[in-house]
Amino acid sequence: MHTLPQQLANGLFIGSMYGLIAIGYTMVYGIVQLINFAHGEIYMTGAFGALAVYTNLPSGTSIWLALPLMLIGGGIVSVLIAVGAERFAYRPLRNAPRLAPLITAIGLSLALQQAVFLWYPGGDNGKRFPQLPGGPYHIGSVDIQSGDIFLIVAAVVCMVALATFVRTSRTGRAMQATAQDPDTAQLMGIDTNRIIVIAFAIGGFFAAVAGVASGLKYGQVKFDIGFQAGLKAFTAAVLGGIGNIYGAMLGGLVLGIAESCASAYISNIPGMEQLGGGGWANVWAFVLLIVVLLVRPQGLLGERVADRA
Amino acid sequence: MQHRSLLILTSVLATGALTLTACGSRSNDNKSNGGGGSSSSSSSNTTVVIGVDAPLTGANSATGLGIQYGVQIAVDDANAKNLVPGVTFKVKALDDKAQPATGQQNATALVADNSVIAAIGPLNSGVAQSMQQVFASANMVEISPSNTNPTLTQGKDWATGNKVRAFKTYFRTATTDALQGGFAADYAYNTLKKKDAFVVDDKQTYGAGLAGIFKGKFSGLGGKIAGTDHVNTGDTDYSTLVTKIKNSHADMLYYGGQYDESELITKQLKAAGVNIPLMGGDGMFSDTYIKTAGKAAEGDLATSVGVPVTTLPAAKDFISTYKSKGYPGDYGTYGGYSYDAATAVIKGVKAIMDANSNKLPAMTDARSQLVDAVQKSDFDGIAGHVSFDQYGDTTNKQLTVYQVKSGAWAPVKSGTYNG
Repeated sequence: MHTLPQQLANGLFIGSMYGLIAIGYTMVYGIVQLINFAHGEIYMTGAFGALAVYTNLPSGTSIWLALPLMLIGGGIVSVLIAVGAERFAYRPLRNAPRLAPLITAIGLSLALQQAVFLWYPGGDNGKRFPQLPGGPYHIGSVDIQSGDIFLIVAAVVCMVALATFVRTSRTGRAMQATAQDPDTAQLMGIDTNRIIVIAFAIGGFFAAVAGVASGLKYGQVKFDIGFQAGLKAFTAAVLGGIGNIYGAMLGGLVLGIAESCASAYISNIPGMEQLGGGGWANVWAFVLLIVVLLVRPQGLLGERVADRA
Repeated sequence: MQHRSLLILTSVLATGALTLTACGSRSNDNKSNGGGGSSSSSSSNTTVVIGVDAPLTGANSATGLGIQYGVQIAVDDANAKNLVPGVTFKVKALDDKAQPATGQQNATALVADNSVIAAIGPLNSGVAQSMQQVFASANMVEISPSNTNPTLTQGKDWATGNKVRAFKTYFRTATTDALQGGFAADYAYNTLKKKDAFVVDDKQTYGAGLAGIFKGKFSGLGGKIAGTDHVNTGDTDYSTLVTKIKNSHADMLYYGGQYDESELITKQLKAAGVNIPLMGGDGMFSDTYIKTAGKAAEGDLATSVGVPVTTLPAAKDFISTYKSKGYPGDYGTYGGYSYDAATAVIKGVKAIMDANSNKLPAMTDARSQLVDAVQKSDFDGIAGHVSFDQYGDTTNKQLTVYQVKSGAWAPVKSGTYNG
């Protein structure tokens, strides 16, 4: 078991990524009760947007100089797509039966994926993504890559900023009000359309940060990375209690750590040799989801309705 | 009003998505058709189509495209040299996306097309399993330039010596993993002096089969298996696996699967400071592997079928044509074998016509006669001698170990392995 600290760290890193993406699912759901299945694709386009910025910089640009520009570029792409999706695909369907926007989201997800596949130069195959120099760093028995440090720092900064924003700013409180009761919020003079756009934009930006972090961590982006990441992030959002922003982050971390520990240790249990290993990670992730939903149907933090935004 | 506009929007989006998907595959078909037939000068009246099924987009597509254009060049050569007078050959390439279900649909489409006489492909053994029965029912020849799983030709009990050929229409120009896995284990244990191997596979027919054979042979030689694990195709995060390997103190990692996963595994392994070589089979013998993994690939090994295509004098024209036409994909892995597989079909068509007073019989008869003609193949191809044994396996059992040296695959050992 002396690998436990390292496996926990592995889970923490992948979990922070799930959490960052899950914020987008949970905020949108909290406000308009829509599962935006195209959100995984927004994460993917964010990574490609950042890559496009990097490839258009003069060669030899330091990665430290390029990184802020990549974050801005990826962020702009993701936010534009997320807000555009809201304006043109979801808003016209806001009063339609729940299934209509859901199907639209799935269609949009396919369209975005295929658009990158067709029109991004060389997008039909994996593209190399720049990686941060330095590392691995050793803390006790744990090795940490520089990409992981960026991921953790980005996740913490984003989360703290979001929490502060939702709690203290006028717009943040308006978001909470809209989440609790959109009609009453509107009667109180809140422009709910604007709040919804802001929710999509924040979710899109967080997805772009996750996209850049994933590119830096793995050194590669592909047109189809959004599907699996989106599915996991959605699971994380449900696990933590959908609609709750703290729940999304917690759900991501729990899911990441559960996955990594399940694939590392389940095969050590006598009689379970066949059910361990990386090939079963997804299975255990969903077993965990089912168990949590059986015991707590509202998710881990689902009861804190007052905080949801 | 509101509802009508919703309906329109939803359907526009759905149609848009579907159209985009369709465009993806259609543009590939156009590419394949556009390249062919241009050099044909014969005043032919019969067009015979050779089908190709391989992953042409997404995962595995670098080696898949090598198959498509290997066949294309063989067909262009046959047309230019007027190898079969009165017949112009064409290629119809379908994309299976490395998915067994898509491969089965493609097989059905090829069988249903009355101008298709035989099919070359697929790339993946798992896809082949879903296609074999379709071709067998239609009595249509299928030659894979790359499938290496032994069960495809010798039945599921091949390991116990009870070999049974299940499909007389299935042939392959690549040798089997029974030999490839053994060859790799022999090289790892006796030449590299590795004693502790960690074995990982991707749970697919090809990967799991190859890893199992390697494991058996390696421990048979006296090596220790430091641990085993499985991954999912399409995964990107292997940190858990890397931690396990690091902790097992293995001195090498053997991976049964394709380059899409192994290039990321080797990168993450080396980044964590585990400097042991990753060894794999023909599925990861691709330039894309080195391009993606970069420096991390240095010292990694792969076995592949045949001898290096660059060392074959007969393949010189093939390589220069491939390069001058600017075809995408890696010809190095299966390009030569694809060329030879297509040539076996072309020569088979000639044999049928010679026996039928220079006319091609009706397609259903032609297809079934081609099965016997291909079985009797006996010629020198560009990648070695082409003939098939009683199971449909190639009699060319040459294998090569490659190692990444200064950013390129360098052949380090070629030979014939007989178990």
